[in-house]
Amino acid sequence: MYFGLSEDQKFFQENVSKFLDDQCGLDCIRTITEDSQSNLQEHIQNGLVNLGINSLLIPEEYGGLGLDMLFTAAVSQSLGGGVAPFSFTGPYVMAPIAIVYGGSEGQKEKYLKGMSQNTIRMGVGFSEYIGARDGAEIKIKNNKVSGKALFVLDAKNSTHLMLSNKEGVIGIVTSDADGVDIIDLTAVDKTRNFSEIYLNNVDIDVLGLTQENNNAITKSIDAGRISIAADSLGASQRLIDKAVEYSKERKQFGRVIGSFQAVKHMCAEMVSDLEPCYSLVWHAAHCFTYMQEESRLMSCHAKSHLSEVSKLISKKATEVHGGMGFTDLMGVHYWFKRIGVNRHILGAPELVREEAAKIQNF
Amino acid sequence: MNLNYGSEYDSFRKEVKDFCKEWKGINFKDQAKIPIAQNHESYGATLTRSEWQSILIEKGYFARSVPKEYGGFGGESDVIKNRIIASEFASEKIPPAMGGQGIDMLVPTLLELGTEEQKMQYIKPTLHGEMIWCQGYSEPNAGSDLASLQTKGELINDNWVINGQKIWTSTAQYSQMMFCLVRTEPEAQKHAGISYLLIPMETPGLEVRPLVDMTLKAGFNEVFFTDVTIPKENIVGKRGEGWAVANATLGHERGSLANPNAMMNRLNELISRMKEENIDGVRLIDIPVYRDKLITIQSKVTAFQSNSLRVLSSKLNKNQDSKLAGMIQKLVGTELRHELEGFAVDIMGEMGTLYEDSPHLRDGGSWQFLYMYYLGLIIGGGTSQIQKNIISERGLGMPREPKVQGV
Repeated sequence: MYFGLSEDQKFFQENVSKFLDDQCGLDCIRTITEDSQSNLQEHIQNGLVNLGINSLLIPEEYGGLGLDMLFTAAVSQSLGGGVAPFSFTGPYVMAPIAIVYGGSEGQKEKYLKGMSQNTIRMGVGFSEYIGARDGAEIKIKNNKVSGKALFVLDAKNSTHLMLSNKEGVIGIVTSDADGVDIIDLTAVDKTRNFSEIYLNNVDIDVLGLTQENNNAITKSIDAGRISIAADSLGASQRLIDKAVEYSKERKQFGRVIGSFQAVKHMCAEMVSDLEPCYSLVWHAAHCFTYMQEESRLMSCHAKSHLSEVSKLISKKATEVHGGMGFTDLMGVHYWFKRIGVNRHILGAPELVREEAAKIQNF
Repeated sequence: MNLNYGSEYDSFRKEVKDFCKEWKGINFKDQAKIPIAQNHESYGATLTRSEWQSILIEKGYFARSVPKEYGGFGGESDVIKNRIIASEFASEKIPPAMGGQGIDMLVPTLLELGTEEQKMQYIKPTLHGEMIWCQGYSEPNAGSDLASLQTKGELINDNWVINGQKIWTSTAQYSQMMFCLVRTEPEAQKHAGISYLLIPMETPGLEVRPLVDMTLKAGFNEVFFTDVTIPKENIVGKRGEGWAVANATLGHERGSLANPNAMMNRLNELISRMKEENIDGVRLIDIPVYRDKLITIQSKVTAFQSNSLRVLSSKLNKNQDSKLAGMIQKLVGTELRHELEGFAVDIMGEMGTLYEDSPHLRDGGSWQFLYMYYLGLIIGGGTSQIQKNIISERGLGMPREPKVQGV
């Protein structure tokens, strides 16, 4: 019996963290989020693609690494820790899972291979399956798609877009096809991009099995939720580390503020809230691959619980930094905002908990 | 990640399941001296608590690693087997072995630091439930700051003569013995002046006064010492080493206050209750606000249970680090259980406030009782605030509060 990350998983995770620490410090994040002309973002993403983060979940027969969800969650944790300035969950987690569970042999051959070679990059828009806002909806008919998809993950740099209608039928369009209009949204977190997509009678390659059942979309969303939870886990841990470190340096009343119980207790509370989250996220990721019957509920718990815990931590850790935490200079806000957006991707905690209740037939 | 315990444990689990089937509904002739939080259904075989202890020891379901000559099973310690026993017993509602401070704290202490005579004399009757112990640590002026205790012991004519007062002494009214921290070296620095003494409760000059707590049960006592005289051999470790002796096993108590399996069972009882209760004909579980809060708590309990698997794993795999995961268990476990019990009271509304033998009482009033009882556990065994000091200082390396002079 062994509950935790394997040596391989830790090694890969550390490589990702180290790459981000070396190549993508606060200045780099700042440049990427403030200067739209900068090519630094591509540099960082390519560096990590060279490590293989694009093909973790792609089976080996299609050129991928054929790893499991726990491995993926471990990587996502590192990306959240370093507020990695690109989307991982949409193109590299949800998209491959949807194709593995919903695609035909030909579709797998085409898309999974292309994704593993980094020639295909998929934006993912499933928001309307979870809950449509502002009247967004796409309609798929006779292999054509029309309508509007909101809050699509990573459409900006994509070659293809994977979209779902309200029933969970998934199809793929090329991003530069006639009739596709991609409009940038400006979210508070600028380390990743979010778009709204207008489609007017665009050719769509429907994943055949998704017309028969909901396996592909539910597995894809479960995977996405675990990945986002892991991202928030990593981001929260980094915030605690920063807060504790700062509290040991900053002096007031002639002593470091970390010697005041008011500050110590905030840090202890953050740790007590976050520590069980490691186990929850890892457990959920393990269930995703190896214990299917518990997987849906566990991924709901992981997503909703991490949303709550990371929100509290993003607040407390900022407060430990005092006024400096509120400044742009210190950069704590990048983690605060990342966590703030993660909370809502693939369903805010209230919506996910309702889903958890339904899964249990409550 | 590998959640399988291995095939050798499959047969062990089966054996435990068979045992549970055989003893389901067991009935006790005598009242539990030590409160056992779990309620079991009594309709089966009838025996005494002490006989039950003996059966469990004989099977190796209790006192597994305690050597035979001291009354234990004499096997290898096996955390996985312990876990299997705990979870099977919990789900079949089989009463676990009696716990209490003698078994949980004194026995490990004696095994580690006691003399051969002390081991022979005390461990066996303690394990078999024939000798109940209480813990004489806290004093009116030594709570969170335990090391400032002032109960005094003087060595006069080869006897310890003890004077002073202890408080929060659970089970003192049933106990035959007390393990007690006493200041024997008044000249020494605070922590170095304490000794760990073993005191028979029937010694003249020792008086126990029950202290009724908010649940209206006398869970605690005050114990007064007036020239209580015991032989000088009744000391564990050397003079002045009592603080270290006590700390050798303090971790045992902290971990045992928050059992994740019991918590998950309790959550499932809460879910059943929410399906039965209704307001204006609407089941509680169908009311969105309650439903949302239930899942919130379920997430926390699930995370806490997973956390305990990680802690278990780090005991089996020596290279695995889970220091913080272990350190937070007392704080998180007691606070979470209190939240769970309190939520159950809340959803039942006025019915949730009923107590003792009131009409309309739900589940024997256990939700309200445990809601209060767990507040006691949040405070006892190192308050939540003390836990936060420990986590921040020992876990995160944050500086200790500077000493304030002359206040």
